Amino acid sequence: MPDFARDSTQLINLYQAMVLTRTFDAKAVALQRTGRLGTYPSSLGQEAVAVGVAAAMREEDLLLPSFREHGAQLWRGVTLQDILLYWGGDERGSASSGPRHDFPVNVPVGSHAPHAVGVALAFKLRGEQCVAVCVMGDGATSKGEVAEALNIAGVWRLPVVFVINNNGWAISVPVARQTAAATLAQKAVAAGIPGEQVDGNDVIAVRAAVEDALARARAGNGPALIEAITYRLSDHTTADDASRYRSDAEVSQRWNEEPIARLRRYLVKRELWTKADEERMLTALSTQVDAAVESYLATAPQPVESIFDHTYATLPADLADQRAAALAARSRR
Amino acid sequence: MAVEVLMPALSPTMTEGKLAKWSKSVGDAVKPGDILAEIETDKATMEVEAVEEGVLDQILVPAGTEGVAVNTPIAIVRGDDEEAGAKPAAKAPPKNEMRPQTAETTTAAAPPPPVTVKPAPAEADYKGETRAQTVREALRDAMAEEMRRDPDVFLMGEEVAEYQGAYKVSQGLLEEFGAKRVIDTPITEYGFTGMGVGAAMAGLKPIVEFMTFNFAMQAIDHIINSAAKTLYMAGGQMGCPVVFRGPNGAAARVAAQHSQCYASWYAHCPGLKVVSPWSAADAKGLLKSAIRDPNPVIFLENEVLYGQTFQVPTDPEWIVPIGKAKIVRPGDAVTITAFSRMVGVALIAADELAKQGIEAEVIDLRTIRPLDIETIVNSVKRTNRLVTVEEGWPFAGIGSELAALAMEQMFDWLDAPVVRVHGADVPMPYAANLEKLALPQAENIVEAVKRVTYK
Repeated sequence: MPDFARDSTQLINLYQAMVLTRTFDAKAVALQRTGRLGTYPSSLGQEAVAVGVAAAMREEDLLLPSFREHGAQLWRGVTLQDILLYWGGDERGSASSGPRHDFPVNVPVGSHAPHAVGVALAFKLRGEQCVAVCVMGDGATSKGEVAEALNIAGVWRLPVVFVINNNGWAISVPVARQTAAATLAQKAVAAGIPGEQVDGNDVIAVRAAVEDALARARAGNGPALIEAITYRLSDHTTADDASRYRSDAEVSQRWNEEPIARLRRYLVKRELWTKADEERMLTALSTQVDAAVESYLATAPQPVESIFDHTYATLPADLADQRAAALAARSRR
Repeated sequence: MAVEVLMPALSPTMTEGKLAKWSKSVGDAVKPGDILAEIETDKATMEVEAVEEGVLDQILVPAGTEGVAVNTPIAIVRGDDEEAGAKPAAKAPPKNEMRPQTAETTTAAAPPPPVTVKPAPAEADYKGETRAQTVREALRDAMAEEMRRDPDVFLMGEEVAEYQGAYKVSQGLLEEFGAKRVIDTPITEYGFTGMGVGAAMAGLKPIVEFMTFNFAMQAIDHIINSAAKTLYMAGGQMGCPVVFRGPNGAAARVAAQHSQCYASWYAHCPGLKVVSPWSAADAKGLLKSAIRDPNPVIFLENEVLYGQTFQVPTDPEWIVPIGKAKIVRPGDAVTITAFSRMVGVALIAADELAKQGIEAEVIDLRTIRPLDIETIVNSVKRTNRLVTVEEGWPFAGIGSELAALAMEQMFDWLDAPVVRVHGADVPMPYAANLEKLALPQAENIVEAVKRVTYK
């Protein structure tokens, strides 16, 4: 057991962060279903990957999340309200409360992998003891730019850790149809960097593996790739119906392995957690999420000028004309 | 029979080189395959071999001479039985193993004369010192000065460090700034473009060199989806101050996949600035502005211009603002807009038109986005006629944008429909004769001007 796992407070923090993520996901899906949020990708069943990764990082490290890492963002200090704003279509959600240097959610699959290498290069050029952490899905590993990112990171021994959240499915395509490679971790071999698999439903294992990789990278020993094996219990997003392409039997079986019940059983067995603790926590988290939703729903929509204001650092003349026209149209209405 | 040995071209775009040394002396016997001399350009060194048997009769260009134009006679070889000092009867181009051995080499032996253009005057308000520099040197100086000024600026790309740039634009930078800031990448455009974006989003100011902009097509997702949109999508919190630069458009004899203009591709996209200078002064002043700009900037250079010389201000604080066009030749009969290499062609056309009594105003757009609408509109208000010139394809090209602008903002001042001069709407031919036909020439511009002036 790693040291942090001997500390009951730390274990409980990990547990609560995963439950917060799941509570939030359920609420977000409900908001989408009632027309108050845009398309939303739940991380149901994969909470241990996001939370384990973020818990391993230092504040000064830099997270490059894909679109299913709410748990990591929340751990890093992004607020529930920021995340709701983002998925509600409000760009202010990415001007977030988390570390200002963390990158916003990257929706295009895998394109943040080379970004992470660039970040690591920046750390190296500035002589900073920081590591870039890029989390991507299993589908991203089929992309050329991910191979290119792994390759350059390896050549230059940059401080970057790639985490593959292998949830088994890229929308409707299972990993077996994504690659003939026996594992995704072995994609590291061709790049000459260490690759390992970790049980992505075990938050302790995820955090420990990422901590080791971060320590190596921070010490100047180069990048690593970690394949965290988990399962997407939810649909791909709220725009998807996974029952069309995968069996209920498969999903039911995977519910037996999900990370939250697993850690709870461990905490209870070690007498670190009681039914009363659980109830108190659920009530508190529910209150917290409800308050964020209330605040999100009460946020005034973005004004029309906001679409112009951040297209360039300073407004060019032709955009200034368009902005003025938009404002004039609004005042006429 | 005496034959002249001519200065060979190492590549279709080479116009001159240095005669580094003679390997034979006057009076030496030579036979085919003997090395006569060594010539150098900033890209390569090669040996000139004899093609005829005989005696080296005269050396016309001494060793160490710089700037020897291609096809200049450099020596005379006479037959064994001839008298010294015989007049050459025929010209024999030296055997050149780097030249493709095809039927078209006959045209390579007689390239078109280099475009002669007037040196660009420095920006009107600059009263300081200037010096003659090539576009290549001006770009290098722009990078070097900005790298001295700001430790966050660095250069990366293929062949930029050890090799000093595929087109030798980064000469001396590795030596001055070291491998940490002048970085050779693997052949991985998709990857290193994304890296540049990531490094910029993490607070550095990368200059990403594409060996040519053709290779940026593989990486366009990072340029458009990541670089151009980040500031907007991050609610203003995180920008992407990166410069993507390299040669754009047709060079000479590099065929369909390596000859195309990307100006309208990138200018289409909000969030990007697009710059495409002609003169060395503008290349320097605009590249400096691009490096200092907090937005992602596409900086489109031209291989054919790299070796052309202009007067360039020496003051390291002298910059050319992005978004300002320049009237490079005043006139009252017609407004001709052009950018990059086409400015030189437009000026040749303007000289020809002047001989016919038509004074054309030539505007170097310099920045494609944001376009300096004011300068163009004000010019057309005086000339009442507009001809647009670009090397690229016509459909949704820069000329199309200018024609739309003419409808919106100049309609009442126009005395003739706008005419667009542009590259042929086909993949670039490889054959030299067809390539020339596919690219706008001065006579095409002259014809276009005559159409709008009803002459």
